[in-house]
Amino acid sequence: MTRARRGRAVAAVGAAVLAGTTLAACGSSDGRATLNVYINPDAQATMAKLADQCSTDKYKLEIQLLPSSASDQRTQLARRLAARDSSTDLMSIDPVFVAEFASAGWLATLPEEYASKAVDDDVLKGPAESAQWDGKVVAFPQWANTQVTWYRKSLAEKAGLTYDDATQTLMKDGSPATWDDIIKAAADNGGTVGVQANKYEGYVVWINALVMGAGGDIVSDTEAGTDAKVDIDSDAGKAAAQVVQTLADSKAAQPDLSVSNEGTSLGQMYPSGGAGEFMVNWTFVYKNYEGLIGQPGGPANKAAFQDLGWARYPATVSGEESKPPIGGIDIGVGAYSKHKDYAMAAAQCLTNTDAEVAMATEAGLMPARTSAYNSPELKKAFPASLLELFQNSVDTGGLRPQSAYYSKISSAIQSRWHPPSSVSESSTPGNSASFLKDVLEGKALL
Amino acid sequence: MTATAGARKTRAAVSDRTKAENSLGRKLVAPAVIIMLIVTAFPMIRALWLSVYDYTLTAPDDKKFVGLGNYATALSDSLFWRDTGVTVLIMVVTVGVELVVGFVFAMVMHRLVFARGVVRTSILIPYGIITVISGFAWQFAFSQTNGFVSGWLHMSPTFNWFGHTWSALLAIMVSEIWKTTPFMSLLLLAGLAQVSEDMVEAAKVDGATWWQRLYKVILPNMRAAIMVAVLFRALDAYRIFDNIFVMTNGAQNTESVSFLTYRQVIEQFSLGMGSALSVLLFLSVMLVAYILVKAFRVDLAQARQEV
Repeated sequence: MTRARRGRAVAAVGAAVLAGTTLAACGSSDGRATLNVYINPDAQATMAKLADQCSTDKYKLEIQLLPSSASDQRTQLARRLAARDSSTDLMSIDPVFVAEFASAGWLATLPEEYASKAVDDDVLKGPAESAQWDGKVVAFPQWANTQVTWYRKSLAEKAGLTYDDATQTLMKDGSPATWDDIIKAAADNGGTVGVQANKYEGYVVWINALVMGAGGDIVSDTEAGTDAKVDIDSDAGKAAAQVVQTLADSKAAQPDLSVSNEGTSLGQMYPSGGAGEFMVNWTFVYKNYEGLIGQPGGPANKAAFQDLGWARYPATVSGEESKPPIGGIDIGVGAYSKHKDYAMAAAQCLTNTDAEVAMATEAGLMPARTSAYNSPELKKAFPASLLELFQNSVDTGGLRPQSAYYSKISSAIQSRWHPPSSVSESSTPGNSASFLKDVLEGKALL
Repeated sequence: MTATAGARKTRAAVSDRTKAENSLGRKLVAPAVIIMLIVTAFPMIRALWLSVYDYTLTAPDDKKFVGLGNYATALSDSLFWRDTGVTVLIMVVTVGVELVVGFVFAMVMHRLVFARGVVRTSILIPYGIITVISGFAWQFAFSQTNGFVSGWLHMSPTFNWFGHTWSALLAIMVSEIWKTTPFMSLLLLAGLAQVSEDMVEAAKVDGATWWQRLYKVILPNMRAAIMVAVLFRALDAYRIFDNIFVMTNGAQNTESVSFLTYRQVIEQFSLGMGSALSVLLFLSVMLVAYILVKAFRVDLAQARQEV
């Protein structure tokens, strides 16, 4: 064999190998189409099981893992979709990115038959809104997350805060307790208040809930893109700034306030000495402490675990109902997928009541559907009052702004509201509003 | 520079043979030139094109022409100048330290009599390590929880190196210096090898001390090599990104211009603004190169011994 011919042979083998792998990527050996499902690593085992169950004799779902941080997940999906990747068939997306992705044209709009079911009356209001953009349904809500007030019953009792069973709220002198009441209660009784105030998305979750709880919003008319109305310089914005300022100046603030995240304040609930805390945090907290009974950082025994209370997110201002934060995951169908019809059917299967019950009981991720909350399996895994609280919070909570420019909005707020100790009622809302306007108009760098 | 040198030679004696050689040469490099144009010129032109638009990937319908608007925004923004300041500081300090340390290493490698291979190899090892890995290694070294640096310096073990601008910048610069000094010493070693031993001998016979030989004979004769080393490293240092990404992710005001650009394009999806910043970064690198070439008064062709 001459050298040239050998070269050609090598090339032929290479081409054959390449062709083989490409084919394998499109269809599996049994002739079924393969649909890639990009998921975040939250509930891998359950998702793998659901993927098996939702595969049919026409297509097979294959799980692909995204990175663990929400921003890396967004970046990776965006890079694939911006390059019109036809192998991104299904994906988990954080609700705040739905508007960005849909506006970029990266999500396939749900046909009427699917849309009506994806956001039917069974789906709670928060997740249902999160799956829509510009009047169209662009994703299937899969599970919903929300924040509630977690607290030590003994601490609340000592501080004179009572729990109202009917509204599931902490009460102070007959009206729902505000952030100020709770901060004062903690400070006067040797307790602390746990929040998320590092320079990251979690801090925006808090600020947004505070602003919405005062009846306002950060931006409105978000479908106008860069011409959205910036509303944070308002009474509601000032009320939010006042809460942050009060906590930062209070002795109830935890020492790591400026770098606090979902994990940092968990240890303050059952400290080795002290009264414990009031903490706003996501739904995973219950299972977290339940699993830590008798272990360091957790309740010492069953009795101590019984001392863990939960109530609706605190009110920002007296007389206005709080707007608990909403998170979770929606399933989107890639706009460039080669099998959109299959992908739609698969997405519907991954988000039906049974799938949501499995996500909740196996991975602790709360359902977006009312029917799932009523399932016997879920009632066995969580106390009834907690399920009711989660369900109500998700149903009446406040979404973060849905905008194609969400990441700019979020970063702009973070940059002007961090650290919490620098927040002032008089200047922060105004500063952040003008900065946000400049950023949206392309007049300032982020 | 190479082209002019070549042209001068051709004009001096244009024989048929030279002509044929030149034509063959052009044909041989043509594929490479075409590929280079595709992979470098196209992205550059595209970046220029994008930089005059207000264009966010997530809102393709809002794309609009803004002329030099993005440049005006960037150049009038304090964030851009702060990041430029940080970048220049990192460049000046790291290149300065590397030049001195690298020269010492080069001398050691040059004068070594025994175990030459072993010493040369061990000096060069850091350069073979991927920047991201070296960033992680130094991050662990400076880490508050399991790092050893605070212990060695007898500092409070709770001192958070990455919690303050200056200490974080110091950590970043240490990792950069550790990683790239070998490159500097390699280039300087090449320069040292060029200095004729006869000249050094002659100076010695004339009674010059060691310092005099260094300053009057060795350094002036390797000016071109120093220039190349400083130029390459300065341009590299100006584009610093990996260490910052790994060690602080831009927190505590340790962001460089590259990092700012990265955030606009990858995090904010602002292709327009990001491209404008890339163009500005490119222009700054050109400026640095120009200043260095002028400052050293060296003809690059001479540095390559082509004249």
